[in-house]
Amino acid sequence: MRVLSLGRWLRAGLVPPRGPASRHSGDRHSGHRPQAPPQGPAQVLLQKVSVEVLEHLEQLALVDFRDSEGVERLQKAIQFADQLHEVNTDGVEPMDSVLEDRCLYLREDDVTEGNCTKELLENARETVEEYFVAPPGNIPLVKLEEQKTYLQGSK
Amino acid sequence: MAAMATMVAAGCGGVWCRARQRCARWPGPGSRPFLRAQRAVVCNARGGAVSAGKSGLAPWIPVVGLEIHAQISSNSKLFSGSRVQFAAPPNSLVSFFDASLPGTLPVLNRRCVEAAVMTALALNCRINKKSLFDRKHYFYADLPAGYQITQQRVPIAVNGSLSYSLCIDNKMSQMVTKTVRIKQIQLEQDSGKSLHDDTRSQTFVDLNRAGVGLMELVMEPDMCCGEEAAAAVRELQLILQTLGSSQAVMAEGQLRVDANVSVHHPGEPYGVRTEVKNINSIRFLAKAVDYEIQRQIQELGNGGTILNETRAFDSKLGCTVPMRDKEGKQDYRFMPEPNLPPLILYDAKSLPANMNHQQVINIDWIHERLPDLPSVKREKLVEQYGILPEHSFTLLSEDGLAEFFESVVKQTQMKPKKVIGWILNDLLSYLKQHSLTVKESPVSSFLLADLLNLLEKKEISSTAAKRVLAELWKGEGKTPLETVKEHKLELLQDQKELEQICQAVIDGQENEVMAIKAGNRKVLNKLIGLVQKKTQGRSNPVLVKQLLEKKLSE
Repeated sequence: MRVLSLGRWLRAGLVPPRGPASRHSGDRHSGHRPQAPPQGPAQVLLQKVSVEVLEHLEQLALVDFRDSEGVERLQKAIQFADQLHEVNTDGVEPMDSVLEDRCLYLREDDVTEGNCTKELLENARETVEEYFVAPPGNIPLVKLEEQKTYLQGSK
Repeated sequence: MAAMATMVAAGCGGVWCRARQRCARWPGPGSRPFLRAQRAVVCNARGGAVSAGKSGLAPWIPVVGLEIHAQISSNSKLFSGSRVQFAAPPNSLVSFFDASLPGTLPVLNRRCVEAAVMTALALNCRINKKSLFDRKHYFYADLPAGYQITQQRVPIAVNGSLSYSLCIDNKMSQMVTKTVRIKQIQLEQDSGKSLHDDTRSQTFVDLNRAGVGLMELVMEPDMCCGEEAAAAVRELQLILQTLGSSQAVMAEGQLRVDANVSVHHPGEPYGVRTEVKNINSIRFLAKAVDYEIQRQIQELGNGGTILNETRAFDSKLGCTVPMRDKEGKQDYRFMPEPNLPPLILYDAKSLPANMNHQQVINIDWIHERLPDLPSVKREKLVEQYGILPEHSFTLLSEDGLAEFFESVVKQTQMKPKKVIGWILNDLLSYLKQHSLTVKESPVSSFLLADLLNLLEKKEISSTAAKRVLAELWKGEGKTPLETVKEHKLELLQDQKELEQICQAVIDGQENEVMAIKAGNRKVLNKLIGLVQKKTQGRSNPVLVKQLLEKKLSE
């Protein structure tokens, strides 16, 4: 699911689809994707345009691409996901999940959980008087050009 | 981030960069003609436009749309079994799911769905028999999962309407009914609460509120000023409280309102809108909206532009300030919630035969059991008691006042039309002066009825009755009769004595008597007043008038 949404995002006008047939019509989701003609290596295109896209992605997903190997891997992942377009999905309703024809269970409105403050706070690195402690708001990310990695500590 | 420092610890978490993607795709203006009170923003009769005043420039049309979050009144949360309660020890009402620990899954609370269905029915919405849940992703400390479960694609209800009443020119006697369209109602999770400690650059997070069920009501931008917005929200609040689907107390965060405001010239497309947050009461809502409208008009009038930004209302200064939005437009990366199948609702026709009742929600069953909405209650009061619509409006605006009124009417012979005056003019003004609710009134309906009976039986005058009420208000436990006797407020019953006093007054006021005999009837009131003075208010003015007239015509 995750790869698909990333791919959808990146593909908005940037990376032309690979694969034998350009099946633009079957693509239900990226409605504003222009018709990019199938062409040769997309890497050049990707490097040039995607610094902003990558920055934006990093901010949104808090993922650090770090270097060209990370970007390369992303590119390969998109190509892999693109294979989905080879399937003709004309007239087929998109599926939400494999559970979608199951019955949604409704719970009675009773209080059955809670009161486990101590257990919950055990996992937190820092607490103050039974509150979790977090940094103030969201810390802005440094730009990719500055070559610093955002994720500190062990990740 | 310094932007967060400007946020008051209202803990309406997740406010960070919540610029919604909705652009000016609002349906056509449909401006309605109406008259307005003398406020900062004045709309004229021709479609709610604000005249730019002296210079004769094109008028501005303000456009106001509201997004309202109402906390569902339930015992447990939307997707977990932890308790819903205001003000509890931090992180004591949090389950493993609420804290987003791995391996936990959402389980939908039936009561929350019923609350949403009730609300949707009361607001004339079309209920989607199949609705879906989605994830809305953004990062904030009080959103442990990193996403909120909401209903973005197919919400539980769409296309409703809310009717509300507005006073023209601040006169209660002229009320006009307006309607605002409801775009949709959806179920979603609440976030936790953040308390900012700016001195030590940290945020304390309490997840007690995380996961509580919310109904988000999105209204179409059919309103044009703060007064309309306030009236609409007030009516919605009454409806929610009547249904019991939400207690809708703004002060406790059970009803949160964000306003989207823009201005444009007639005939031109809608202007850039700003979103105003941190509005903590209905009064502040009106102020915030009116301020923002004026600010935008001034800015545009000076040749500036309006940014599509989020602004916070500062109640102390009475103005809106920008909440710094450095991160640009948010991308919420909506995706279907994979752990929840679609929510299916049934009605009498589609009810499945062999399903467990507890697992089935029947819209028709809920519809049959809806209580009378405020608008219906108002009409019934008018019909049953012959009071005016604006009286009925005030009765329902105060919690418990309508019941108090009906209780008094039952216990007294006085006509409801007269009783209502005592309730609204005397009782209510006392309550307001002392900031008391009806329940806290030192004068019970029994006492008031007792007093009104004395008045009705002509044992005291109405001025005396007001004095007695003032005494009863002290709450010393005396009955009206005791108070009357103590202060000697009974009406003089001795006709002879009264006649003597009247004669004495007539004899003493030669000029006035001549004026009356010459045809000036108004002077009679002066004589009545003098008699009242002599009797220390213990004479029945009607009787006095009769006696005086009889004597003068002799």
